[in-house]
Amino acid sequence: MNAQPELTQALLYLDGVSVSFDGFRALNNLSLVIGPGEMRAIIGPNGAGKTTMMDIVTGKTRPDEGDVLFDGRVDLTRLDEASIAELGIGRKFQKPTVFESQTVEDNLLLALKGPRSAAASLFGWRNRVKASELDGVLETVGLAEHRARLAADLSHGQKQWLEIGMLLAQDPKLLLVDEPVAGMTDAETEETARLLTRIAGNHAVVVVEHDMAFVRALGCKVTCLHEGTVLAEGPIDAVSANERVIEVYLGR
Amino acid sequence: MIASRLLAGLDLKGRVFLAALAGLAVLVPVLNLAVPETSALHVPTYVVSLLGKYLSYALLAVALDLVWGYCGILSLGHGAFFALGGYAMGMYLMRQIGPRGVYGNPTLPDFMVFLNWKELPLTWYGFQSFPYAMLMVVLAPGLLALVFGWFAFRSRVTGVYLSIITQAMTYALLLAFFRNDMGFGGNNGLTDFKDILGFNIQAQTTRVGLFVATVVALALGYAVARAMVNSAYGKVLIAVRDAESRARFLGYRVERYKLVAFTVSACMAGVAGALYVPQVGIINPSEFAPANSIEAVIWVAVGGRGTLVGAALGAIVVNFAKTWFTGALPELWLFGLGALFVLVTLFLPKGVVGTLSAWSGGRRQAAPAGVAAAPAAE
Repeated sequence: MNAQPELTQALLYLDGVSVSFDGFRALNNLSLVIGPGEMRAIIGPNGAGKTTMMDIVTGKTRPDEGDVLFDGRVDLTRLDEASIAELGIGRKFQKPTVFESQTVEDNLLLALKGPRSAAASLFGWRNRVKASELDGVLETVGLAEHRARLAADLSHGQKQWLEIGMLLAQDPKLLLVDEPVAGMTDAETEETARLLTRIAGNHAVVVVEHDMAFVRALGCKVTCLHEGTVLAEGPIDAVSANERVIEVYLGR
Repeated sequence: MIASRLLAGLDLKGRVFLAALAGLAVLVPVLNLAVPETSALHVPTYVVSLLGKYLSYALLAVALDLVWGYCGILSLGHGAFFALGGYAMGMYLMRQIGPRGVYGNPTLPDFMVFLNWKELPLTWYGFQSFPYAMLMVVLAPGLLALVFGWFAFRSRVTGVYLSIITQAMTYALLLAFFRNDMGFGGNNGLTDFKDILGFNIQAQTTRVGLFVATVVALALGYAVARAMVNSAYGKVLIAVRDAESRARFLGYRVERYKLVAFTVSACMAGVAGALYVPQVGIINPSEFAPANSIEAVIWVAVGGRGTLVGAALGAIVVNFAKTWFTGALPELWLFGLGALFVLVTLFLPKGVVGTLSAWSGGRRQAAPAGVAAAPAAE
């Protein structure tokens, strides 16, 4: 790995990151710092660059310029998705993406930390992953009684939780969660906020969300993006009182 | 120990299938060799070879189902791997002819003498040895799949695009093998085989032996594929099929998983081709025809994608229908095949076996969740 001397205390460090698609500047000199175990909410209008930021951190998109450092020393712009996942960055997609034709338990087993190579799985070394860890994750996301069901048969909210559970099973240092409560009922939304706050602390969590009530429930620092750059950052009350944020995003 | 582990991993369908194969391996030889020809129960030797041909197709279908049914790779070029295995076997059989050819040349096959060649080309060296030829049966298609797959999967070519390039691959090989200077018999291919391992290839007992070998190969191929899909590897494979980028973000190197399945499948297809050639008595470039590969996809779709047993049954049933149809209404066969594919896609998207297991409550089976109708849609 391209290890360098530690350059920053931050877990995730983005500095001056820009990327364009066909002339459209999705990110424009974006800088963002996430500390270890920190929870951060990212808000902003459509096209502000929230999802692109996650694409860059997880290796799906390469930035045109800028630094993306993980753990103070690893340059993420040189790695592919699988290596970044192995470093300890987990991602939840906007649309719940679970393995529909497999059981809840198998979904989590697939995510559980352990050797990932084809040889390891073919010759059974992967089977040594601990079942007790699995029970803990099932308990945390509240799917213990659904473990034998097919993921396809879960409700929308349960699929979201299963996907968060898969992130937990990966035991990453950093979780990127894209719009976890879209399409959820109010009760499910509250449950999700509780779930994420419980997870933060052991893991750094970055949540992209439009639902302001949910963001408030998370009770963490908020960053508002606009046109690919940071518009405002700080506690929720300060950010939601910011003139520019109200103008471009919250509305009057 | 391995055998018992395998047996424990089999579902009911798998056990019935293996039992049926064991039954065939005993019954068909007995009915052919021990029952007098005058009896109604006698199985004529040509039927034994015909069944052997169907079963080698069934092995090809199992190989295809491993990549298509479990990994979502719709290969429209598996006929190429089958044909390469067939050519490797054909080259061994050609070398066995020795001085008994029309021109009586002890080393050069007839077509080379006819082309006025003086020396055996390098590619033909070693093929007089059965073990070497068998190694090539597996290695030639395996290597092609490894190289082809490495480039395709690393560049993340998926869906229809992958299907199209597999089709192009088999077509390119078709054109190459047509050329006389490739040294594989050109247009006419390889034929006029005399013996295999010292046994006369036309003899009744040899035919029965080849049939039994095909049954054994099919059973082994099925067992290997089943063991693969039942392992943790198989779970990742299904995960890749259903949500490729999710698997990637979980830290799996998707391209390597695909490459392993694709290569194993190609080797299996090569073995199927090697068993096919001595039973039909010829191998020529038409085996590379894109239509052959597409037909194999239809067998799998009819039998049930992602079931393995279904793929094998699909191959047998469709080919049985083909034999009957081309005898009774030859000009209508292609229409029949096309209609079959349309009907199965519309009304039985999980194929015959997939639908049956869904009815019997076997929903746990890793049948594709409603995506079978649109295999290439990504």
